[in-house]
Order: sequence, then structure tokens, then C-alpha cells
Amino acid sequence: MEGGLGSLGGCGGSSGAATNDHTMSKVEVAEAEASSYPVESELELGLSLGGGGGGGGGGGKGKANAWGERGRILIAKDFPSVVSQPQRPNNNSNTSISPACVVGSVSGTKRAADSVSHEGGSPTAGSQVVGWPPIRAYRMNSLVNQAKAARSEEDKGIGEKDKSKDNLKKKICNGNKISAPGNEKGHLGFVKVNMDGIPIGRKVDLNAHACYGTLAQALEEMFFRSTTSLNSIGGEKQQVTKSSRLLDGSSEFLLTYEDKEGDWMLVGDVPWGMFLTSVKRLRIMRTSEVNGLAPRFQDRNEKQRIKPV
Amino acid sequence: MNYFPDEVLEHIFDFVTSQRDRNSVSQVCKPWYKIESSSRQKVFVGNCYAISPERVIERFPGLKSITLKGKPHFADFNLVPPDWGGFVYPWIEAFARNNMGLEELKLKRMIISDECLELISRSFANFKSLVLVSCEGFSTDGLAAIASNCSFLRELDLQENDVEDHRGHWLSCFPDTCTSLVSLNFACLKGDVNLAALERLVARSPNLRSLRLNHAVPLDILQKILMRTPHLVDLGVGSYVHDPDSETYNKLVTALQKCKSVRSLSGFLEAAPQCLSAFHLICPNLTSLNLSYAPGIHGTELRKLIRHCRKLQRLWILDCIGDEGLEVVASSCKDLQEIRVFPSDPFVGNAAVTEVGLVALSSGCPKLHSILYFCQQMTNAALITVAKNRPNFTRFRLCILDPTKPDAVTNQPLDEGFGAIVHSCKGLRRLSMSGRLTDRVFLYIGMYAEQLEMISIAFAGDTDEGMQYLLNGCKKLRKLEIRDCPFGNAALLMDVGKYETMRSLWMSSCNVTLGGCKSLAKKMPMLNVEIINETDQMDISADDRQKAEKMFLYRTLAGRRKDAPEFVWTL
Repeated sequence: MEGGLGSLGGCGGSSGAATNDHTMSKVEVAEAEASSYPVESELELGLSLGGGGGGGGGGGKGKANAWGERGRILIAKDFPSVVSQPQRPNNNSNTSISPACVVGSVSGTKRAADSVSHEGGSPTAGSQVVGWPPIRAYRMNSLVNQAKAARSEEDKGIGEKDKSKDNLKKKICNGNKISAPGNEKGHLGFVKVNMDGIPIGRKVDLNAHACYGTLAQALEEMFFRSTTSLNSIGGEKQQVTKSSRLLDGSSEFLLTYEDKEGDWMLVGDVPWGMFLTSVKRLRIMRTSEVNGLAPRFQDRNEKQRIKPV
Repeated sequence: MNYFPDEVLEHIFDFVTSQRDRNSVSQVCKPWYKIESSSRQKVFVGNCYAISPERVIERFPGLKSITLKGKPHFADFNLVPPDWGGFVYPWIEAFARNNMGLEELKLKRMIISDECLELISRSFANFKSLVLVSCEGFSTDGLAAIASNCSFLRELDLQENDVEDHRGHWLSCFPDTCTSLVSLNFACLKGDVNLAALERLVARSPNLRSLRLNHAVPLDILQKILMRTPHLVDLGVGSYVHDPDSETYNKLVTALQKCKSVRSLSGFLEAAPQCLSAFHLICPNLTSLNLSYAPGIHGTELRKLIRHCRKLQRLWILDCIGDEGLEVVASSCKDLQEIRVFPSDPFVGNAAVTEVGLVALSSGCPKLHSILYFCQQMTNAALITVAKNRPNFTRFRLCILDPTKPDAVTNQPLDEGFGAIVHSCKGLRRLSMSGRLTDRVFLYIGMYAEQLEMISIAFAGDTDEGMQYLLNGCKKLRKLEIRDCPFGNAALLMDVGKYETMRSLWMSSCNVTLGGCKSLAKKMPMLNVEIINETDQMDISADDRQKAEKMFLYRTLAGRRKDAPEFVWTL
């Protein structure tokens, strides 16, 4: 794929595969970290959720540095732990799917200008613009699912002889030759996300993420970035004090989810695939409101229950 | 006309079926109003908040079939927060309370809960048809209630809904006595279904004419089902993955040979293209083909399939068909009336079709009048050619993946191209545009698009004049939706009376301010002017100069709605 696409970070897996081996390996590291906790390793809190080139496609070069300045949402791996769990190969071994590039996954107040401001030009791929291209959410979900299945087939080298410019596209189209077995059956792409203190809920497309890292990144984008970037184009007077309080990185928020049994759990405890099958909705909670978060070094066989105040 | 007894008039009105015509009939005189209203069975409500259920019941006591639409169109693209509204429960509850003999319910972009589905299933003994399009809020438990209790169910049609799937058992809830099914579409369900129950259901439904399966129904079950439904007219294939040399595949070919009535084909949700030749038998009779969820079908296999479809009238396809594939369509499908070309990979931002495919279609398909086209690029020259070739367009929706891209050859805005379209296509009713567009295109639209009813605009225009041309010129405009355009209060307030002649107006990320919206709301009490406030910084006493990020206004007889969530203010 043309390298130019990488500049907007809008190309998800395909650019990730073609051009960003470096980023790919970072994401794989992040995934491995999220799903395995070898007893002897110390979790590196410094492996920032939004670090390096971001979760995908070299996206947001301008943003990479800014991550350190913004608030972070804590997930399970942020807590030091000596809990050990069996190594689980992440079977959604998709390469970097940039959360920012999933158009449908972000419902928010972004204006087109925001997403353009980094590059100073028209939104070339249109991929960072909310609600563009205008495709129904249902269709978008199914495209994401199918594209993911296709990318996991790319390695098997199935492909027709086509014009080179269409090559990658054809691969994606062709990749559904064999039905991907565990492919998001029964799982809803979009789940609701609410953040304490913000009246409006959003929706995030879980199918667009392969690991907790990119998910947390996307949520930070959604809830923290939207107002700061509005300020950056100088058009809005809406000051959100929340984000400024978080600028020193003192994670005031926790990412939690409600599972099928109705319990609220800390995101990141279980392997990603298991999380996908049990999550019903997400909530970004203020740490001050969380009661009864069990210290992680206690009973590793017990689920970490959270009792929100 | 006063000399005819009521029964005669009623009998005459029975022949008037379209809602618009019936509305006209009811306005002739009081007696006609009375008779028409008491005998109307089918009602269409384009905006569920425009009128209260009680009022509909009062006017149409004989109502048997109702269509309701909820959320604004842009909700499809995640521009509307999840709990905005569009709840159908109050309607169903009112119908039940008033003992209406409801038989058919069709909903689009609404929220329907399991409780509501259960209420439907228990309240209306003759309930026959449930069609849900782009709805949410329910699970397969609700479907189980419908299956269990609606003894005369003919139609259960689920199109692109967001359904919480509790796995399989709802199909088993159809009692053995239920033999009335004519149409069953569960293609959008993500979970497994009880395959044995499905087979038994099909076996006892002799009237089944339309069946659309989800991905969980494999080829061998499909084959068994087809053996039982030789009269099937509309088939949605679920999972289509198999070895073309296998026993199952051969049985499928035999089964398909018996299905001589299939006119509409869709699905192939997971497809192995080399098995498609089994369907070549069916293709010559097909009038409708939807492969827009089948990225696995493309290239030579796809083109082969299309070449067999000589009678095709409607085609929904992915852009991996390419310009060359569209040329095959243009040369093979001379009866084509409607085509939709969807992007197969929105992330990459590269569509495999360009203006070349569009021009080919316009010149090859003389009956083509409705198009939705997602493409990589467009040129004025191409649009002008299309306009000349095909003046019969009634619906023209063009989406360039880069929304502000100019003419790919000349770098000019696409004003002239779209201008040619509206000038030539005198019957154009629906238009969506994209690409680099200035105020000029709106001047053209205002001048020429006399029949235009619905228009969607994004990232277009330069000044308020653009929107003003539109509002001034399009006399039949009913729905206007605008995003990311530099239109402000001057345009919004230019002709406030116009909005009462329209169903709704959506403006997001434009330049209208809170003050402008308040002013409009004050002048027009028959409109609900809603502001969607997505940050908690804005409150009702906020500075009127603040921009209203999302505004949705609609005419209504029901006053402000009572179910608006916190973040929606009705001014």
C-alpha cells in the first residue's frame, strides 16, 4: 500500500502489515504483556498505553509525543502484581489496527478540522473523520470483522494475480476463502462507554481492537482528546477542566467493564478474547469512587470485583 | 359525491393505497375525511415524534399496519449518541391499551426492547408481520416471545439490526402448530441457531417464499432446506464454504436445480468463490442480487456470475468488483434499475472504483435510476457524461471516500458535475454529494432540482448563501441533513416558515449558534428544536454565541418529547 496512507495513521492493519514492522512488534509486545503475567517479570508501567507510534499504522506522529502529557486510563496491567497466569497466545493476532482509523468506532464531537490539523491538509483517507464514510454501523462492523479475518489469512499467501496497486485490496477481498472459526460470533461490535462526569455516553467498536492497549488508547482519544484538540484549532471556548487535571499523568480514572453476570470488573484481567465474550459495557470510573478493588496480589483465582460507590 | 352512501365511498377508497393519495383524499371535504380515516388500515409515520400515538389511534381506529421511523438518518453513522431516543414502547403500549387490531409493524432506526416484543406478542391476536430495520435494544429472547405467541405469524424480517444474541433457542419456540410463515430473515443475527429446529420449521411452512439465513447455517443444512422449499423466491445464503468436489456440494446443485422460482439472492457471508458455479443455474432468473457482505466473491468468479444475470434489476455489490467488473455489469444487465457499490475496506480509504465505472453504468443500463456509489475519485467530465446518458435518475448518491476531494483531473470543485446532474435529471428526488463543492453547486440545485425531497451534504459550501439557495429553490424539500459546512444563523433563520413544510433538518459541525437556534425555536412553536450537547460544559444559560454542535429540528403536533435524555435540550 502507498506509504502516504501511513501518515494519517488511518490504515489500520493493512498499512501496519506493509510498512510498519516496527510498530507491529511493539503492538505484539503490548499484547503479550496484557495477556500474560510471568511471575518473575516486573510489569513496566513505563510501557505507556499510547507509546511509540501508537497502536497502529504509524498513526499520529504528532500525537506520539503528546501521549505522555495526557491522562491515561488505568487498566489491570497498570497495577504491579506477582500474579502469574498461563501464557495465552493471543488468537486475535492481528497486526496493528489503529483505533483512530476506525471511523465508525468513535462517536463524538470531533470536527473534520481536528483530524486534519496534524497534517495540514484535507483528510486524505477520510479515515479520521467521525461518521465518514457514511456507512451504517452494522455494515461497518461486518467489514471490520471480515477484514480482520482476511488479514489473518494473508500469511497463508492466498492471492490472485492482480494489478499491483490492487494487490493488497484483493488479498483482503480474497481472504475469506476459509471461514475464520472463532470470528466474533455472537459478539457485538459496539459497546457503550460512559465516563464519570460526562452526561453523554459513547460507543466504541471492540472489534476494531486486538488488545487492551489500543482500546485504552482509543478511549483516551475519545474522552480526553476531543476537547483538547478543539482548543487547538481555536474554534471552541469549551474548556474541559478534567483533562487539564490529568495532564500530569496521574491517572485519575480506571477502565472497568460490566460482564455478563452484571459484575463490574477491572479491564485487563483476563485474556482479550475472553474479555470480548463477556463484556457488556464499559465505564471509565474515577479512582476515588471505586470501592473494594481487591489488591491484585491476593487470590489470583478470584475475579477482581469492583464495587462502585 | 354526497349522493353515494358511505360504503360505496369506502369501497372506492380501498383502491387508493398510497398514503399520499389517501392524505389527499381526506382533505377534500369533511365526509371524505371521516370515511377515509375510519377505513384506513395502513399508516406511515416518518418521524415517531411528529405525532402522538393517541392521536393516530383516534384518527385511524381501523389501523392494522403501521410503519414508524425514529432516529435521524445520520444516526446510522454514529453521529447521534446512543440513548437519543426513538423508543417504540409508548406506541405499542397505547395500541394495546386501546385494543387495536395491529397486524403489521415496521420500524426503522428505533429502539425496541424485549419487553416490548413480548407485549406485542401477547396483545395482538392477529399479529402477522414484524419488520425491523437498523433497530436495537432487543435480544433473541424478544424474538422467542414473538415466535412462541404469534400463532399466525407470516413475516419476521430482521435487517441489519443490533441484536444481543443469547444463542439459538428462539427458533425452537415456534410451536409445531405454526405453519403460516411466508418470510423469515435472520441474516443479521450473530449467534448460532438450532439447526434442527430450523429444518423442522421450514418443513412445516409450505408458504415460505423468503428465507435469509445467518452465517451459522452451513452448506449441508442449506442444501437440506432447499430440498424442502422448491417454491422459494428470495434466498439469503449464510455460510457458503465448502469443497466443490464434495458430496454436499453435489447435493446442493441438485437442490438448486429444483428451485426454479428464486428471483432474489443475497448473503454469502463467508464464501468460497469456486463454489459459485452452483448458482449459475439460478442467475438467469434473478432480478435482485446482494453481494455486499461477500468480500470473498470478486474477480473472475464474480464477473462470471454477473454475466449470467441478464434480468437483474437490483444489484448491491462491493467495490472490489472494480471498474472492469462494472463494465461487465453494464454490458450484461440491461434491465438494471438500482445499483449500490459499497466500499470493501473503509480503513484503507482506497475504493477500487472510480468515475470510469460510473460512466460505464450510465451508458450501458438504460433503466438505471437509483444509485449509491462509493468511489475513489470523480471528475466533472464524468458527471456531465452521466447526466447526459441518464436523465432518468431519481436517486443519486455519490460518496467519494475523501470527502473534500476535487475533480481528479482538473482539480476544480465538482460544482459543474453535480450541477449537470440536477439540471438533467428532472425527476431527481434524492441527492447526496461529496467532494470539493462551493456555493455554486447549491445555486444549481436551487435552480434546477424541483422535485428534490431529500438531500445530504457534507464538507461543502463556502458561505450562508449556499444553504440559502437550497432553501429558496427546492420547493419540495422534506429532509435536509448537513454536516461540517460553514452555514450559520443567517441561513438558518432566512425562512423559518419553510421548516414546517419539511419533516426535519439536521445540522452538525456547522456555524449555527445556540442563540440562532433559540431564536428559531421562539419563532416556530410547531417545531421541536433539539440541541445535542455532548460535553457538560454547555448549559442552557450558556453564551448564545456558542456554536450548536448538533442540532436536529422537526415539525411536530406532539410538542416537546418527554423521553429526551439529559444531553438533549429542546429549546
